[in-house]
Amino acid sequence: MSDSGPLLTLITFLPLLGMCAILFIPSRQKEWIKIVSLIFTLPSLVLGIKMLIEFDPQVGYQFIEKAPWIPAFNIHYYMGVDGLSVPMVFLTVLLCPICVLASWGIEDRIKGYCAMFLLLETGMLGVFCALDLFLFYVFWELMLLPMYFLIGIWGGPRKEYAAIKFFLYTLFGSVFLLLAVIAIWLATSPHSFDMTQLNEQLLQSGVGATFRNLCFLAMYVAFAVKIPAFPFHTWLPDAHVEAPTAISVILAGILLKMGTYGILRVSYPIFPDSAKWFAPVMVMIALINIVYGSLCAMAQTDLKKLVAYSSIAHMGYVMLGMASFTPAAMNGAVFQMFNHGTITAMLFLLVGVIYDRAHHRDIDGFGGLAAQTPIYAGITSLAFFAALGLPGLSGFISEALVFLGAFPTWPIITILSTSGIVLTAGYMLWTFQRIFLGPLNEKYRTLPEINARELVTLVPLAIIVLFLGIYPAPMLNIFDHAVRELLNRIL
Amino acid sequence: MMLQPTLSHYLVVSSCLFVLGLFILVTRRHAVRLLMGIELILNAANINLVAFNHYTATGLDGHVFAIFVMILAACEAAVALAIILAIYQQYANIDIDRMNSMRE
Amino acid sequence: MHSVVEICLIILFLPLISSTALIFFNKRLPRGGDLLATACIGIPFCLAWYVFYRVIAVGHDPQFLITGAMQWFTIGPGNAGWGFHIDNLTAVMLVVVTTVSFCVHVYSIGYMRGEDYYGRYFSYLSLFSFSMLLLVLCDNLLLLYVSWELVGLSSYLLIGFFFRKHSAADACKKAFITTRVGDVGMFIGLLMIYRQTHTFNYIEVFRGVQEAVQSGAWSETTWTIAGILLFCGAIGKSAQFPLHVWLPDAMEGPTPVSALIHAATMVAAGVYLVGRLYPLFSPDALLFIAYTGLITAFFAATIAITQFDIKRVLAYSTISQLGYMMTALGVGGFAAGLCHLMTHAAFKSLLFLCSGSVIHAAHTQDMREMGSLHKKMPVTFWTMLIGAAAISGVPLFSGFYSKDAILASALGFGMEHPNHRIIFIGLLIGAGITGFYMFRLIFMTFFRAPADDHRYRHAHESPRIMTGPLVVLAILSAGAGWFALGEHGWFERLVVPYSVGTAGVAPAAVEADGHSAHNIAMILSIVMAGAGILISAVFYYWKTCSAERWAKALGPIYRLVYNKYYIDELYKKTAVGGTLIAMRILAVFDRVVIDGLVNFSAYFVRAWSYISGAFDLHVVDGAVNGLAWGTRLVGTISTLFQSGVVQNYIMKVVAIVAFILLFQNILTTFL
Repeated sequence: MSDSGPLLTLITFLPLLGMCAILFIPSRQKEWIKIVSLIFTLPSLVLGIKMLIEFDPQVGYQFIEKAPWIPAFNIHYYMGVDGLSVPMVFLTVLLCPICVLASWGIEDRIKGYCAMFLLLETGMLGVFCALDLFLFYVFWELMLLPMYFLIGIWGGPRKEYAAIKFFLYTLFGSVFLLLAVIAIWLATSPHSFDMTQLNEQLLQSGVGATFRNLCFLAMYVAFAVKIPAFPFHTWLPDAHVEAPTAISVILAGILLKMGTYGILRVSYPIFPDSAKWFAPVMVMIALINIVYGSLCAMAQTDLKKLVAYSSIAHMGYVMLGMASFTPAAMNGAVFQMFNHGTITAMLFLLVGVIYDRAHHRDIDGFGGLAAQTPIYAGITSLAFFAALGLPGLSGFISEALVFLGAFPTWPIITILSTSGIVLTAGYMLWTFQRIFLGPLNEKYRTLPEINARELVTLVPLAIIVLFLGIYPAPMLNIFDHAVRELLNRIL
Repeated sequence: MMLQPTLSHYLVVSSCLFVLGLFILVTRRHAVRLLMGIELILNAANINLVAFNHYTATGLDGHVFAIFVMILAACEAAVALAIILAIYQQYANIDIDRMNSMRE
Repeated sequence: MHSVVEICLIILFLPLISSTALIFFNKRLPRGGDLLATACIGIPFCLAWYVFYRVIAVGHDPQFLITGAMQWFTIGPGNAGWGFHIDNLTAVMLVVVTTVSFCVHVYSIGYMRGEDYYGRYFSYLSLFSFSMLLLVLCDNLLLLYVSWELVGLSSYLLIGFFFRKHSAADACKKAFITTRVGDVGMFIGLLMIYRQTHTFNYIEVFRGVQEAVQSGAWSETTWTIAGILLFCGAIGKSAQFPLHVWLPDAMEGPTPVSALIHAATMVAAGVYLVGRLYPLFSPDALLFIAYTGLITAFFAATIAITQFDIKRVLAYSTISQLGYMMTALGVGGFAAGLCHLMTHAAFKSLLFLCSGSVIHAAHTQDMREMGSLHKKMPVTFWTMLIGAAAISGVPLFSGFYSKDAILASALGFGMEHPNHRIIFIGLLIGAGITGFYMFRLIFMTFFRAPADDHRYRHAHESPRIMTGPLVVLAILSAGAGWFALGEHGWFERLVVPYSVGTAGVAPAAVEADGHSAHNIAMILSIVMAGAGILISAVFYYWKTCSAERWAKALGPIYRLVYNKYYIDELYKKTAVGGTLIAMRILAVFDRVVIDGLVNFSAYFVRAWSYISGAFDLHVVDGAVNGLAWGTRLVGTISTLFQSGVVQNYIMKVVAIVAFILLFQNILTTFL
């Protein structure tokens, strides 16, 4: 394991190095700042691919690095990945260079922007790699700060409101997480933060079921805010609408996954019995997320808000899968996390493309663009169809897996959830029609076609979506073992 | 019979001198006059010293003190006059009400 | 038998290759790539006939099948696989799909010439061919669902091909969403089956369900529900009542597309689905299918009488004929239903292509503006007449044989179950109506005085590239029935539901009842078709009766039928309107209540902080400031004594000393 060197540390902290490098570039060298930040996101991508290749799906935690950090409190610098985190790490390192490219149009205070962005990348990667609960919490909070500034400074007209709402909401959740973390630490008899051992240690110290359930609930609140699960979801549309394109991509593509990842990585393994205790509630929330999110999405006229609400609905599938405790559903949930990351990233990038040209996002304000911008329309249709779960694209596989797995556990709720399939098709196609079909809106007779830089950001994601839709097995194999291990623990 | 002076007489005289000096000190604005008032007060004190020494004590302590005070008064007058002169050179008058540059 | 699998691979993937190539390079390929696309369906067309020959020739074995499976991905307890299931039914379907598709490709070269996005059109067409072939060839339910959605996608793309028109944009969306409603039902059925059998493979699923029913793991009701849910998919795709509303609107697509997708192949996929999954349907589910088909067949036929748009008449006719097929399968006429699928594919695509030719010439779809075209367009006229004769059930034409077989099965079923005689009666009346509206169409379009002289003068026969496919299809329409059915024709032996015997779920009589009922049904159907044609001639050829006057006399009924029983309006009010209202309410709820709660808590905290801030400012800080203020006051007062004038000080000292002395005296005096 040690022959690959401190791989995870490199992946995680290289962007931080890039941030330091950027601080030394004079702020008027705008092009150089962007180029350097792009350069510093690439090694993480390369190493991430290396990790993906070297990762052995049959073994548990890998690439482990462990060193004492604060010995007095038994806190370790403990990094490692298993099948659950590898797709998330890969997703993060994949989306970050794309987001830097998508931010190329930003001119205002670009130095701070890039620095914050790279700090954010470190924070996100750290969350996905940390195996020490305290370290996890530190990274969890670390990523909050740059996000606040990225929305609050480079956002839209109501950026302050959105940024503060996002920050307070998340912090509200984090408080509960911190409470739970401290409670767990106190409850273990040699005080410990080791996520891989906590379950056994808690059992040994014989804490009661009430304690475990309370801790689970506290953590759930923290993670539910991030997912976002009904009724903690209203920060999302605001944050998305105000955030710049690249930040929306990160927000939807990665930050939302942290909620579900946190439940899978922290809550489930540590409190398996509470997970079962809570599952009926979670599955109800999943149903609400799916149906309610879809209907709310349908009602939006702001394209970005629509995509934001569709994210809520799609994360509902993840929750449905997680609450079902069957291998198929769990695999589907993890796969849906990855697919939603790529598909929603595409959707937000596409919204950014049209916004840069038309300077508004009102769905009813377009019309007939398919004639004017055929390539853009083509890629958008691919993303839309992926989002509505068309077979042949990756979204279908994960949704089908979730439904197939959830049906034996929760038949009625699964049947009700399938209404989401129709609703999603409804609002996606309706939106597509309003923007692209019909007679061309005369205002946009000169709307420029998508350019090469934007294509470079979209095509890799499109290829992944298509590839995983046709041949999902490579990705499924990565986390199948980890998912089964987790299920063994719960059942 | 010839009026035999008692301690009270001396004290009355010295009190008068003291009050006169004090009066000058409080009411006059001219610095040299203030100096004169101070001399009167000092002299009132000298009279007291000698008188008390004569009537109540045996040694010459009082006299010595009186001479010491006179020396001090001379020194003080010299320094004071020098200061007054310096002030006069600076401000072209010696009205103490106007010597307020250190106030506030 | 490996070679058959390999040939099928070529058949399947050539259209996909051409589709992919055309979508990316249509501008760089010569002629927009139409020849490439046509070649890429032409080769499968030839190969499909070869496969047909191989499969039929080798043994005439109804159980003949080839499955070549490879793993696709793991699903919990089971696997999803890629594989082919090639049996006699598949071979027939392959021939149907590739033949019609090839004809439509050739026809489109003439029909679509000069349209914008010409190359993209062929790309979509090829994509459809691929999806449809996958649907026919695949060996498991999940892949069936995949291809099921993919044909929906290509249908969406092709209906919306003239996307600049609002009506086309609406129609493609409506088609996709309406069929998806059915697909969700099918998907739930799939979930039920997978939960029980942990597999998707047809054969394993059949075995698993059979075991479940026999062992009592599944009750009869569960079995029926699963079957009906699967059938929901067919209701959507095959435009059965109540999800038929999308098909007439789908006529917004180019006419060759209507011929291929919305007449011959995709809409017939529902029939194929029922046929393919026959063992999964319990007797009750089959009865449900039969009645759905009957209602659809009858009521779509009545609508077809009143329409004036030539393509809509054909669309309702398609819905009606699909109802026939469903009914046939439902009452146990397995071979009859699938044979009708085959003959219908031939004559309905012929009719659509002919109507396309007419529209091409007359530049209108309204039959009232046409007339007397038989002189101008002889080839189109004669081929269309053949098509109309075939669909109406004129003896010796293909439709006669298949429809006759359907009526025979229905009659047989009715004799066995007297409660269900209505099926036969309904179908019989439907057959008469079919003859009526088809010949109404012929008379209005080709005979009658030309309504619009200008149009008439400019009308002309279509180019050879368009009439060629018409002739081919006309020959098939005329002759397909001869070699197919007849008294125990080989089609009946050929297409037998998989493992009918073993699954023990076959409807009581596939052959026996048809046998005795055959002659009665044949005579009755000829009488009915003849009557229908005669009446239409009375109205529209000899003009003995005036259609307008009859329409006026029937008043409300006519209006009800003409407006398609107001089903579209009903859906717009209930399902669509309900969703829209729900979405608005929820959006407001989200913004006002949920977000309101969040904002309220924010305001609450702010108000609280304001109050505590005020408290801090005025009370806590006020105390501190008050102390300072007091000190300052004392200071200010004491500075009054601090004049800096020594004389004042002396005065004060004197005054105070005097006061003290005085005070002391007073004190000592009085105390």
